[in-house]
Amino acid sequence: MATEAAHGHDQQWLVHHQYEDYEQQSESYIVGMWAFLVTEIMFFGALFLAYVLYRWQYQPEFYLIHKDLDWVMGGINTTVLLFSSLAVALAVRCAMLQDRKGVLGWLTVTQLCAAGFLVIKYFEWSHKYHKGVWLGEGFKWGEGVTKYAQDVSANTAQLFYSLYYCMTGLHGFHVVIGIIVIGILMRMWFKNNPLVTKDYVPTELVGLYWHFVDLVWIFLYPLFYLMPR
Amino acid sequence: MSAVDIRTEEAPRHAPQPSYLQNGHTIKSWLLTGDHKRIAILYLISTGFFFFLGSIAAGAIRWQLTSPRGELMTLEVYNKMFSAHGVIMVFMFLVPTIPAVLGNFLVPIMIGARDLAFPRLNLASWYMYMVGGVLILVAMAMGGVDTGWTFYTPYSSIYSSSQVSLTLVGAFIVGFSSIFTGLNFIVTIHKMRAPGMTWDRLPLYIWSHYATSIIIILATPVVAITLLCVVLERAFRIGIFSPELGGDPVLFQHLFWFYSHPAVYIMVLPGMGIISELMSAFSRKPVFGYKFIAGSSLAIAAIGFLVWGHHMFVSSQSMYQGLVFSLLSFVVAVPSAIKVFNWTATMWKGSVRLQTPMIYALCFMGLFVVGGLTGLYLSTLATDVHLTATYFVVAHFHYVMVGGTILAYLGGLHFWWPKMTGRMYPDSWGKLSAIIIFVGFNLTFFPQFILGFLGMPRRYATYALAPQFQFYHILSTAGATVLGIGFLIPLFYLSWSLKHGPKAGKNPWGAKGLEWTVDSPPITTNFYETPIVDRPVYDYDPEEEERQFQIELDAEREMREKLAATRGGQD
Repeated sequence: MATEAAHGHDQQWLVHHQYEDYEQQSESYIVGMWAFLVTEIMFFGALFLAYVLYRWQYQPEFYLIHKDLDWVMGGINTTVLLFSSLAVALAVRCAMLQDRKGVLGWLTVTQLCAAGFLVIKYFEWSHKYHKGVWLGEGFKWGEGVTKYAQDVSANTAQLFYSLYYCMTGLHGFHVVIGIIVIGILMRMWFKNNPLVTKDYVPTELVGLYWHFVDLVWIFLYPLFYLMPR
Repeated sequence: MSAVDIRTEEAPRHAPQPSYLQNGHTIKSWLLTGDHKRIAILYLISTGFFFFLGSIAAGAIRWQLTSPRGELMTLEVYNKMFSAHGVIMVFMFLVPTIPAVLGNFLVPIMIGARDLAFPRLNLASWYMYMVGGVLILVAMAMGGVDTGWTFYTPYSSIYSSSQVSLTLVGAFIVGFSSIFTGLNFIVTIHKMRAPGMTWDRLPLYIWSHYATSIIIILATPVVAITLLCVVLERAFRIGIFSPELGGDPVLFQHLFWFYSHPAVYIMVLPGMGIISELMSAFSRKPVFGYKFIAGSSLAIAAIGFLVWGHHMFVSSQSMYQGLVFSLLSFVVAVPSAIKVFNWTATMWKGSVRLQTPMIYALCFMGLFVVGGLTGLYLSTLATDVHLTATYFVVAHFHYVMVGGTILAYLGGLHFWWPKMTGRMYPDSWGKLSAIIIFVGFNLTFFPQFILGFLGMPRRYATYALAPQFQFYHILSTAGATVLGIGFLIPLFYLSWSLKHGPKAGKNPWGAKGLEWTVDSPPITTNFYETPIVDRPVYDYDPEEEERQFQIELDAEREMREKLAATRGGQD
């Protein structure tokens, strides 16, 4: 597969001085990326633990509060991110085949999806912000909140929204980082930089990161927007 | 020699290259280096600097406690002083020091690689460390923190008006520096080993760094996000740790100790790796029970993740939770004990040479055993209720961290100093400093066991109601003074050796391992050609070594007799 395409001796010049050959370098990069993603899982993990604890403690309240979130918006965002994952996967495939136009095209689709995700997120957040459903001292609960959710105490609602903003915020931050990294990668492809055109691994690494970002959302969406009773 | 290069016949002899120290003299060539050895030296200097600061704070604490009323500083300043001591020593010294200094220097050389897998990430790790360290120092200059190094909520998140946020951001950033190091080691050990360097030929030093790196990448991100949540709590009142909103302050303790207990193993495992090397090299014997020591490193890494609850026996944890955590804490002592027994067995019938690094290793053994066994008192539920948050705990973890980690670090530094600098230091001064440190250390911390057992709580600035404790406190302070002097002596003779020490050859100790086959100091790429490993690790021949040792001893005795004879002749 991909590694076979990359086996050629012409790639020795790509190899940094600390590595023996191209294969060792590529494997090191990939193992490094996976190890990094493990740290990312643990990073999000602590917040997921906090979520589990409070969901378990306040299940009825959390259920009522979650009706205040717009599952359609969240659903659209899920679809958008899933599609962006497909686009990245296709971009990586094009990188293996050294199809420059294909890579640039699919990465553009990814970027559009990522931007679309953030725009929708922005509308969701700003809508809540204007209602006073925000972090901190000025948290307001009652007016403009969905019927059932109103009955819940403001403190529990604030706890729910703290978790919501922290977790989706941290995820959103990762999306922004993704946009920047994909942007740099696109620039390299655009400029025909041989570091990416002759070597598919950098594109693969960015792809792995982006899949991780999507995967986090796949967990966040049902946990916040689709609670069973 | 454990490495034989079969390709030397075909390849032309390589012209000697400059050592890593000579390869570029500008400041830029140091600050922008990708060379793991230079980064190790950067870390050596910076962790040394922070150790010095932390020690000053420790000295201030000890002086305050010489009198029951604590007249040296106000209570508030005292709180900030012990917090500064804890924060600096844990985050800026104990966690990074062995991996980032000796690990950085030796991991690639020991496995036969030219560098770590990601040299730029390695450099970035040092910069992260420095940025985090500077933030913590700025926070201290702006008034410091008074929460202790554990930052327990809700005090840290709601009530404390000191520089908690800035310190936490600093610790957060330092956390990433340690993640980068751990990630680099994992990839390097997996992918960069020289041909023939199979997993069962890896030095135990590498095994323990591998186990450490696993703990680093699994645990550090958890504390990073937790500390960030406390910052958010202070900035926005997010409530995750705040009872006002229905949050749980004890959740912070769970998350904090989920990192900070494994962090104890981050501190001590690399030290154990050093001791394995020293025991083998100075007994001239293969390590006894290689597989058990390697496996026990991994076992410590694994079980170490399951014991964090023993910090919370009295923090509203359920009784059954306490029971399980207590049991698991006993279990984690087993792999440590395996190591100690195997080291002891390594010395048995070996040709033990009592040079400076070995003296440090023997001191480590004594102190680590005391530190480890007193840990069992604390993992016993009933005794822990009595001993929680007393000086018994303080003494216990100082025996492990200072007696374990720092003595192992000093032992390793003395062992590999000729490799790092190409120079030898005076052995007699080295032994003297080791013994002074050992005596000073015991004088400082042994009385604290008694103090804690009698009920002196940790973190108290005064003990005016129990003036009978003064005797032990004064003993402890006297010991701290001796200990401080002990730490200063190596600073002088090691600096002296840089210019005036006799040149060390490739292998001044007669030890095995790839690092002793390269130049001292090594060239930038470590090896002229990639080594091929065709021998088992610790390839000593004990009988031959014993014969050699006997010859050396005889020669020494003869010399002494001759000296005595000439002296007698003069009389």
